[in-house]
Amino acid sequence: MSCHGADFCLTVQQEAPIPLDATFSCTGGQLLALVGPSGSGKSTLLRMIAGLSRPAAGQIICGDSRWYDQAQGICLSPQERHVGFVPQHYGLFPHMTALGNVLAGLHHLPAEKREPCAREWLVRVHLAGLEQRRPAQLSGGQQQRVALARALAREPSMLLLDEPFAAVDRATRETLYVELAELKRELALPIIMVTHDLGEALLLADRMTLLSHGKTLQSGQPREMLARPVNEAAARLLGIRNLFDGELLRHDQQAGLTWFRSGEHLLACELDPRWSPGSRVRWMVPNSGIRLRAAGQGSLPESHNRLHITVTNLLPLGDEVRITASFAGQELPLHLLVPFRLAQKLDLRVGSATDVVLLESALCIL
Amino acid sequence: MDWPALVLSLQLGGLTVLLLLPFAIIVGRWLAYRHFSGKSLLEAMLALPLVLPPTVVGYYLLTGLGGSSLIGQWWERFFGHPLVFHFSGLLLASLIVNIPFAVQPINRAFETIPQELRDAAACCGMGFWRTLFTVELPLAWPGVLTGMVLTFAHTLGEFGVVLMVGGNIPGETRTVAIAIYDRVQAFDFNAAGNMSLLLLVLSLVVLAVAGGWARPSGRRHVLPRR
Repeated sequence: MSCHGADFCLTVQQEAPIPLDATFSCTGGQLLALVGPSGSGKSTLLRMIAGLSRPAAGQIICGDSRWYDQAQGICLSPQERHVGFVPQHYGLFPHMTALGNVLAGLHHLPAEKREPCAREWLVRVHLAGLEQRRPAQLSGGQQQRVALARALAREPSMLLLDEPFAAVDRATRETLYVELAELKRELALPIIMVTHDLGEALLLADRMTLLSHGKTLQSGQPREMLARPVNEAAARLLGIRNLFDGELLRHDQQAGLTWFRSGEHLLACELDPRWSPGSRVRWMVPNSGIRLRAAGQGSLPESHNRLHITVTNLLPLGDEVRITASFAGQELPLHLLVPFRLAQKLDLRVGSATDVVLLESALCIL
Repeated sequence: MDWPALVLSLQLGGLTVLLLLPFAIIVGRWLAYRHFSGKSLLEAMLALPLVLPPTVVGYYLLTGLGGSSLIGQWWERFFGHPLVFHFSGLLLASLIVNIPFAVQPINRAFETIPQELRDAAACCGMGFWRTLFTVELPLAWPGVLTGMVLTFAHTLGEFGVVLMVGGNIPGETRTVAIAIYDRVQAFDFNAAGNMSLLLLVLSLVVLAVAGGWARPSGRRHVLPRR
């Protein structure tokens, strides 16, 4: 197995203790987010990459180095893999200062170069002046920066981040997002980040791998995955709530459309010849593919997919309003998330009737 | 005051701590991080001296190390003197009896070190010995100190096992605890009282100093959540 152009690739299979069947790859300068619910095996896979846990079968390759190959009996130790690893609670040594923690990872350097290097990294992560503080004397964000400095000072072959923002407050998280995005640009390393926060993955990741029960469901660019989930399980993990049944009617090659029926509605999506007419299908539409207007106001884009809906519930959530609406011929409601100001402007309230358009380009048969 | 008995007790306590410490660190760490079948049985065996009457432990050591036993015969052939009723036998008995006092606190201390820290050490390139000396032992230090103090204090006060295995040979096996018993038997309550008071003060000072020494480091190094 080669990595086919990627700097890092992994294929892991095992039945016990945690069933895993995962494949993904990552190139230098790219951030790959492993996304999935709790218990999906994300952290286990990260530990396997670091060499802290051994899979039953598979291969893990980084650059020219084969870290694990069950067939060839290769399994390098964490020390030999030379990874930068930031665990969920940072794994800082509590009896050492911030400087001591960074120095702890620098034994591969000649003694006289260690301290200047550690100090330089602490400056780089904006911790100048806090070198002599112990982890307990640092805030969550500062601790995370020390852990990051320690991981990067080792000049690792790749960087592994296990839920790096889970233990910090929202304001700190926003700052750390920006810093990580900047670091990613500067470093030419493959970076793998485990997260259960889809928003975080969309914000930071160049690529994303969806995991469920230890299995890779889908890999790709986050926006593409959100627009085209491979199956219903992936769609649900991506937070898509608008999933409905339908019956495929025909393919219109000339117009580049596939027509299907859902409830009383005749709907069209971009040509998708995977199913033959008469097939029962599941279809979905992400929130970004829904346009709405209050009755008698505004205009809607030209589309074949115009639905008349009635708002059944409105739930303000911060800057947004979660709307549930019914439409003719469907038992399941349509879910929309609209900016609070827009909901106010359109005077949406329970019982309001309005028209929505489902964009053909966003509508997707699973 | 039986000064030779006090010196012998201090020698016995010091040597027991010194010889038992590496064993307790290795076994305590191993039990903290390894899971295997029969672990509970092994832990129970190591803890046995805590619950058995000292005379029972003494009886088994006396028969197991005595002149008619294989170990006793081998020892006598090799060193020219019997193991029982000799300081070496007393030391061996003391090592065995003190295993739980040394191992258990150290084991608990290693167990409190989160896996995440040991993972971080491995990813920092640290091997086994560097992780042990720079990460694990500094964090397990309060437990190690507690183990050392308990072992030392328990050795000073041990009576039943010492009497069974070592008897009461002045300068060879007579410890302070035996000397106190000896003085009481001879109705010399004045000497018995002086030695008892000395043992009481010594034990109290050792425990207080060790407790004070271990506590600040425990507070200073707040271990992260698991």
